[in-house]
Amino acid sequence: METVTITMKNAPALYLEADNVSPDAFAGKTAAQIAELSVHEGNTTSTLGKYFEVIGNAGATAADTKIVVKGDVKKVKYLGFKMTAGELVIEGSTDLYVGAWMKGGKILAKGNIEAFAATAMKGGELIVEGNAGNYLGAAYRGDWRGMSGGKILVMGNAGSDIGMYMTGGEIIVNGNIDVHALTHAEGGRLVVKGNAKSKVGGQMIDGEIIIFGSIDTMMPGFKPVSEAELEVDGAKAKFSHFIGDMGERHKKRKGQIVYGNLYKKI
Amino acid sequence: MSEYIIKNGHVFDPVQGIKGDKKDISIKDGKIVDKVSSSAKVIDAKDKTVMAGAVEIHAHIAGPKVNLGRIYRPEDKLFSCTPTHGMERMGGGASIPTTFKTGYEYAKMGYTTAMEAAMPPLFSRHVHEEIRDTPIIDEGAFPVFGNNWFVMEYLKNHEIENTAAYCAWLLRATKGYAIKIVNPGGTEAWGWGLNCLSIHDPVPYFDITPAEIIKGLIEANEYLGLPHSMHIHPNNLGNPGCYETTLDTLKLAEGFKTKNKFGREQVMHLTHTQFHSYKGTNWGDFESGAKEVTDYVNKNKNITIDTGNVTLDETTTMTADGPFEHHLCGLNHLKWANVDVELETAAGVVPYIYSPNISVCAIQWAIGLEIPLMMKDPMRCYITTDHPNAGPFTRYPRVIKWLMSKKARDAQVNAFKHKDKVLSQTSIGSLDREISLYELAQMTRAGPAKSLGLSAMCGGLKPGMDADVAVYNFNPDKPVANPDDIETAFSRCAAVFKSGIQVVSNGEIVSTGNKRTLWVDVHVKDNPQVMRDINEKFVKFYSMTQNNYEALGHHFVPNPYALEVDATQA
Repeated sequence: METVTITMKNAPALYLEADNVSPDAFAGKTAAQIAELSVHEGNTTSTLGKYFEVIGNAGATAADTKIVVKGDVKKVKYLGFKMTAGELVIEGSTDLYVGAWMKGGKILAKGNIEAFAATAMKGGELIVEGNAGNYLGAAYRGDWRGMSGGKILVMGNAGSDIGMYMTGGEIIVNGNIDVHALTHAEGGRLVVKGNAKSKVGGQMIDGEIIIFGSIDTMMPGFKPVSEAELEVDGAKAKFSHFIGDMGERHKKRKGQIVYGNLYKKI
Repeated sequence: MSEYIIKNGHVFDPVQGIKGDKKDISIKDGKIVDKVSSSAKVIDAKDKTVMAGAVEIHAHIAGPKVNLGRIYRPEDKLFSCTPTHGMERMGGGASIPTTFKTGYEYAKMGYTTAMEAAMPPLFSRHVHEEIRDTPIIDEGAFPVFGNNWFVMEYLKNHEIENTAAYCAWLLRATKGYAIKIVNPGGTEAWGWGLNCLSIHDPVPYFDITPAEIIKGLIEANEYLGLPHSMHIHPNNLGNPGCYETTLDTLKLAEGFKTKNKFGREQVMHLTHTQFHSYKGTNWGDFESGAKEVTDYVNKNKNITIDTGNVTLDETTTMTADGPFEHHLCGLNHLKWANVDVELETAAGVVPYIYSPNISVCAIQWAIGLEIPLMMKDPMRCYITTDHPNAGPFTRYPRVIKWLMSKKARDAQVNAFKHKDKVLSQTSIGSLDREISLYELAQMTRAGPAKSLGLSAMCGGLKPGMDADVAVYNFNPDKPVANPDDIETAFSRCAAVFKSGIQVVSNGEIVSTGNKRTLWVDVHVKDNPQVMRDINEKFVKFYSMTQNNYEALGHHFVPNPYALEVDATQA
């Protein structure tokens, strides 16, 4: 695997849309060619090389390419946009849409990331060592197709509206989450090791939510059914099991009505 | 104005019976002429196909429900935006493009005239503001009459003269073009949570049936002598077995004769026929009724139709058939929007994905192609996608490919997940017909122009007609190596002229032309009763006054073109 390191040298005055910073866009290119890829600052299109120092050539394919992003990229959006393979390491904190529409490969964000990360993600892996923003693994505005595959791990906290319209894949948050989790979900799994606030699983049709900490206010549409012992991430614990959202339509599978499942640690 | 001569192209013009002969087309002062001076600008059309500008007879491209679709589907614009370049403003949207993109896309495909198929009269101002902002193409809009309180009250007592006077008033107030009916009576019944699924279901409160509304509006249409026939989206759209309702509807036109000075020969236009040609009793035994419907239309010459081809895309359905959209939302569980338009109509919007992996969608695709392939007279069958309901209008080149190439149809059939079901439930596999370029010109130019009463103006290349000309990079002398070449050629014109102005060159917009709003100005005898009824309804029921209702003046209709109709002697 070849490594390309891009380091912020001229910080943009406005926010920078760097939708070409992905192993797919870099693949098969030399450092000089990568520096010529387009980026957008406001309504102006210019080159990656204007803002970043680019060192190293990419591999022949996306799978053979690793990108390391260094320097202050707090005002850079769309890192890892639509990537299908390879690796991306972001050393600091960054802005919106990290790994949005990603289908494969691996992203490691060592700092914090902002909202809309992994929008409509289909596959691959996103690891965030800091905190994640709102709408993590959610659907695009207006769309009904959220995260459908892959895995997201957040070591810190995550914001509101995570996993909105999720249909598959897994989100694990080691810290706490804000309001609205897995709203409208039709599949997928959310594990929260810390606490949740309110509106957890609102309008959920299918899928699974596991909360180790507290839930400030339960949705009235969730019905307690039993207690269950689950093994999550290698640890066994006892949970209260709720099904819902009872106010929504639910599909049948093998003659049985399928509900969303919410487990809260006892 | 400048002169042009389009040289050595293969010309296809049904108006003059020209079938691919090498001919020069001369343009002067916005019109087709016999000859031009030696200073005329030469457009080399050697090895290219030359046709009149195409005419869109039915699309939803302007107005509140189109815009509702744009507003509530930001995801439709997600990866479909085009930035400002050259003459073009920025645009966006795949199934519900912005007004500017709508104009550019039509022009690039060689379309120069388009009809907005359902204008809610109360929101005609909005419709006209969007038409104004859609560049290049001439546009008209059909106000909907089939669920209108005035119409139902007059027709309950068979008051044709009053109905006609009201239609004339409304066409002028809204700058409308034709009488459109959508799910007659059914949309009003929707206000009571009901629907009219057959032509004999009574409309609640009004005590009238869809059949009476349809026949009455045909009579009113011919009483006035309007350019276009009554244009109908019948009851029971999109349900298995609906072809019977369609045949019942078509039979209502029997015995009526046309009366107009515009060269129109039919009294009824059946729109998006594909959605009305379903057999079977449920989605499991769903099958094509294209043969039954086209057999009837082939025999009965007083009807024209358009196809409503499914293009196998993700799209946005929108119709004044309010109850149908609610029904559709129950099937696909995607977001639903619904609007009630006071005394007049309603509308619903639901996104829809025509997936090639779903057998019903694949069968719908096949039915849409069976209809034009089974229609004997291409002058009475026009290509549409009921944009955006069965697919975006930008897919016309692909529909043309499927119609012109059996090979392309077979390739699509073979790509379906439920290929066997498509072949057993339709006859698409046994239809060998390939539409010729001449027939294509009939189905997209001369035919729709004649049905709209515009045959003296557009749809042909006869000297004296408007100089709407499309030049395609398609050599009819060469065998088609790959059917995709057809799609490529019809996607982007080599050159397009609109009223004598070159608007497209090598697939790029070079001028925004002189766009006009087409409307029909009918003069009727003074009718104090109807005027009093209108005044009373505005005072008692409408949420706005008459002064705020009418679409008047430069703001709404900056460049009008009125077709004058004198019905004072009727």
